[in-house]
Amino acid sequence: MSASAAPGTRSGRSDFAAIAKWIKPNAQVLDLGCGDGSLLRHLKQARGVTGYGIEIDDARVLACVRNGVNVLQNDLESGLSGFESNSFDYVILSQTLQAVRHTERILKDMLRVGREGIVTFPNFGYWRHRLQILAGRMPVSKELPYEWYDTPNIHLFTIRDFQVYCRTHGVRILERLVMAGAKPVSVLPNLLGALAVFRFDAGSRA
Amino acid sequence: MPPEGSVGVVSPKLAHFDEPIELKSGARLDSYDLAYETYGALNAARSNAVLVCHALNASHHVAGVYADDPENVGWWDNLIGPGKPVDTNRFFVIGVNNLGGCHGSTGPSSINPATGRPWGADFPVVTVDDWVQAQARLATRLGIERFAAVMGGSLGAMQALQWAISQPERVRHSIVIAAAPKLSAQNIAFNEVARQAITTDPDFHGGNYYSYGVVPRRGLRIARMIGHITYLSDDTMAEKFGRELREDTLKFNFDVEFQIESYLRHQADKFAERFDANTYLRITKALDYFDPAAACGGDLSATLKPAKAGFLLVSFTSDWRFSPARSREIIKALVDNRLGVSYAEIDAPHGHDAFLMDDPRYHNLIQTYFGNIVLQGPGT
Repeated sequence: MSASAAPGTRSGRSDFAAIAKWIKPNAQVLDLGCGDGSLLRHLKQARGVTGYGIEIDDARVLACVRNGVNVLQNDLESGLSGFESNSFDYVILSQTLQAVRHTERILKDMLRVGREGIVTFPNFGYWRHRLQILAGRMPVSKELPYEWYDTPNIHLFTIRDFQVYCRTHGVRILERLVMAGAKPVSVLPNLLGALAVFRFDAGSRA
Repeated sequence: MPPEGSVGVVSPKLAHFDEPIELKSGARLDSYDLAYETYGALNAARSNAVLVCHALNASHHVAGVYADDPENVGWWDNLIGPGKPVDTNRFFVIGVNNLGGCHGSTGPSSINPATGRPWGADFPVVTVDDWVQAQARLATRLGIERFAAVMGGSLGAMQALQWAISQPERVRHSIVIAAAPKLSAQNIAFNEVARQAITTDPDFHGGNYYSYGVVPRRGLRIARMIGHITYLSDDTMAEKFGRELREDTLKFNFDVEFQIESYLRHQADKFAERFDANTYLRITKALDYFDPAAACGGDLSATLKPAKAGFLLVSFTSDWRFSPARSREIIKALVDNRLGVSYAEIDAPHGHDAFLMDDPRYHNLIQTYFGNIVLQGPGT
């Protein structure tokens, strides 16, 4: 399974604005699983970043070229060995982490290549998802628009899961934004949030 | 009427240069000719020129046909023409036969003005750098200060890369297809077998076969067969020929039996008719010597520091001659320098020769990339 088969939703992209706000002007950005390149294009226009996207799918690579975005066709699962350590300000993994096979390796590689990492992911703990589980079905929603049999998502997880991962793997969370639709969620985020955006670094190891 | 999308009937031109050219080997040519063709029209701002660099077996005849030879279609005709991925309604495309060639540019079979006889063995060994230098002079002659793009596949891609390094102000986009930053030992080994086939042919006469009225046809044929095998993938050969026999039964002798043998012999015959052995020797040397990183102690990233172009790289998964991994070496160096680069790895079965095929994923990509090239003033 390819890591960047546009899992989750790439439409609407309520996380774009948050990511753009966090990123320093003129930063150097690597976008893993960059889809049609619209995030990079947005960051180029809004923040003047220099960026490269990585994408495996032929049609999306073509879309990136059409969007005037640098795209390198590659399978994320083969790692980021083509990139020097600490060579980017940010490495972004937008709505792709839940579809990656080697989760730990990619998160580690993100913080090797980038000074900071940014991930966005659909929150499996969202109340609508929990209700569907209670009803005995795998959740299907705007954030998880797939049936169990055709989903590219293989590592579904909750906001709390990710936070525990960071604590146990020496990852320092710098900023977090949880959203439901276009609105930010501050109360009971793991229950009321549909989408999470995290910015993190390697903490004291950095 | 030429078919739709064709540039139609074209005719080669010849540019003569009297300004001596110093070659990388230390040799120099006091004067030389370059054969070239052009398609489309140079715009008023002179900002729409595209240089197409050829690989081992090709020439300046990139697109269209000749009036007196309608079967002789340009080698990249499927890519270049009105409405095609490199659209000659928009771009002014130039194909040039490289120095040392045998299709009209000065080469070993040309007359050496000093002796009045063909250069033969005395013609110097030329390099990719030398070709770029000569091409740049032709560009100046044609009034082109800066190319919208320089492009090529295989050895042509090496020239496109070299242009970005040694003429950074003169190339806006470098299109590098099925390339390698330098040859591997295996690549050089295949070239050496080809050269040995030619130089040990009794008709080679140390490279001065012209005066004997012969050509080292046997050697050239074998060289072509070896080369051709490396251009195709195992899968393509299996699919196209398999173990198919020309006749139903085995003959237990050494005549042509398998279809692949017949095909190779046919390719070899065609090639030996039209290609000069001395040119072949020199072009394989140019391939072997190509190693732009050597100028910076093997550091390709440092070598690419002066480059300013935007890059498009394409490789093909079944290409075992210049595999995708070789393109990724170039990409790493481009990314290290934060140069604009896009890269596609086309899952095509045809091996190295895929760069000459019209796979829609590949051609759509080229079309889209060229469509995004903005044509304004010469400085844009």
